[in-house]
Amino acid sequence: MGDIDPRSVGAATPQRAGFSEPLALKAGKTLAAYELVYETYGTLNADRSNAVLVCHALSGNHHVAGYYADDPQKAGWWDNMIGPGKPIDTDRFFVIGVNNLGGCHGSTGPSTIDPATGQPFGASFPLMTVEDWVASQARLMDRLGIRKLAAAIGGSLGGMQAMQWTLSFPDRIRHAFVIAAAARLSTQNIAFNDVARQAILTDPDFHGGHFYAHKAIPARGLKLARMLGHITYLSEDLLMEKFGRERKRLEAALDYDVEFEVESYLRYQGDKFAQVFDANTYLLMTKALDYFDPAKEAGGDLAKALAPASAGFFVASFTSDWRFPPIRSREILKGLVGASKSVTYAEIDAPHGHDAFLLDNRSYHELVAAYVDNIASEIGAGARRTPLSRGGAELEEMRGFAGQREGT
Amino acid sequence: MQRFDFELIGSWIPARSRVLDLGCGDGVLLAGLAATHGVRGYGVEIDPANVLASVKNGVNVIQDNLESGLSTFQDNAFDFVILSQTLQAMHNVEGVLNAMLRVGREGIVTFPNFGYWRHRLDILQGHMPVSKSLPHAWYNTPNIHLCTVKDFEDLCAKVGAEILDERVIHGGKQVTFLPNLRGSLGVFRFRRKESGLYPSASIARRFHTSSSKPGSAITKVQKKKVGHDMPRYAGSVA
Repeated sequence: MGDIDPRSVGAATPQRAGFSEPLALKAGKTLAAYELVYETYGTLNADRSNAVLVCHALSGNHHVAGYYADDPQKAGWWDNMIGPGKPIDTDRFFVIGVNNLGGCHGSTGPSTIDPATGQPFGASFPLMTVEDWVASQARLMDRLGIRKLAAAIGGSLGGMQAMQWTLSFPDRIRHAFVIAAAARLSTQNIAFNDVARQAILTDPDFHGGHFYAHKAIPARGLKLARMLGHITYLSEDLLMEKFGRERKRLEAALDYDVEFEVESYLRYQGDKFAQVFDANTYLLMTKALDYFDPAKEAGGDLAKALAPASAGFFVASFTSDWRFPPIRSREILKGLVGASKSVTYAEIDAPHGHDAFLLDNRSYHELVAAYVDNIASEIGAGARRTPLSRGGAELEEMRGFAGQREGT
Repeated sequence: MQRFDFELIGSWIPARSRVLDLGCGDGVLLAGLAATHGVRGYGVEIDPANVLASVKNGVNVIQDNLESGLSTFQDNAFDFVILSQTLQAMHNVEGVLNAMLRVGREGIVTFPNFGYWRHRLDILQGHMPVSKSLPHAWYNTPNIHLCTVKDFEDLCAKVGAEILDERVIHGGKQVTFLPNLRGSLGVFRFRRKESGLYPSASIARRFHTSSSKPGSAITKVQKKKVGHDMPRYAGSVA
């Protein structure tokens, strides 16, 4: 990458918020105290009505947009969505990115030292649910003086959090963007998650989740989990188009070393991920995905479960997404329509698979921008100061994937 | 709302009704009804450009294919289901009408009348009609299922729809004398016949004679100013 995007929010600075009031978790345990790491972009307006919370997915974090002064090459994972002249424009909105509890990018999680033992929490860190995350995010909003969000937005697991916001805090959110998500995971999706978990759990370096004490990381397990996930985040057509059957070397690799380009790519991505991500966080995140099922407590009736919501919904799916396919979003839509909620639904034509929600796609971004403009007029934030403009090249190159991977 | 059929539709719909607008185009009908009548509901569109235009008009729009049975919507979920100048572009017209009768208490359909005299004249002269209401040539038209006002009456009978009102319009005015000949736009309001629970079971009524006899419902003369009655998005209905 060359010059810094003129539409960037600029240099970002992570911040910390400590909470000493215990957080009762859905699974029964209590987190006595915790810290959340977050970033903000734009300015909170006088009546504090222009806040947009960005919820991250499995491997995401709080660094949503902009760059760090010491690493200007590496933009936040949703930088193409957030900034002046971008769909969620920071001229009018105050955008918050937060690392979820249980994460591994600074918020309290399995790798944090447990004050009770002086050792990392490891496997003893409590299971987190989407509801728990939303509850902790709401406390962060309290801290920031935000009574009501203009919107929460997220893709995949992030979309689930945006949806949960409308149920946990119906009077604290105006709109929810639920993108490439599901009202609950399909059996196949749970199955994928379990294969990923098994890869980690059976790695000898996992040590029952207390690998920190052994100065080890279950890198093989994490790598395999990531390789598997990665395949499911892309469409078959895209994999074929990018890598085809191209080979790194022409002689047959009877030693099972890297032969096809796609192997090289996946192994590289897996290795890179294993160096920076925490295995316990990966396990915890996949469990939160598996357990999310707001309809369950309403006897399986999603419309009934969604009845408390008063937010407007923007639901979108992508045609080539087979991990969270359009039919899952249609289930959300059906529930919302059945509950007579205000909802817009788009099925966006995109070839990339699940990752499409992170990528630059004109009709997708125009739709989000148009919906954001409606929110702006609702809260009296006026018209765009910077016209919606297109970014650079579509992020279809391998580098693009690598840079954007943190979102899923 | 400028279009006369929109005005007519507006006059039929009570305030705060629940409305589903199938093939909502840029959403102006729903946006107008929301502003003037406080209606709530959704537009359905398949075309991405129209979905975007609807969002820009502040309409709750759902991207979907009308011919997939409207499975997103529950039975009797709406007071009115509108299909405005879209019927003629549907593959499965009967299926769409049945779905309308299922999800709505009443249906409203508008369509270009193929029986309009200019269309008949074109045929007599040996050509497929091209007119204000049917602006496309035969080889590139999205309008694959054209019908006359009489034809539509027959189809209503077949699917078990009771016609509550029917008007034929031309040049922004209602046509009461020889409407199927002199009018270019048909506007129908109907509901599911009480007797037939499932519309598709009413094929026996194919040869009806009574209530929906051509012209019989056209009694009230209602003159209103109007711009034109071009199809709203005849070029973009897939």
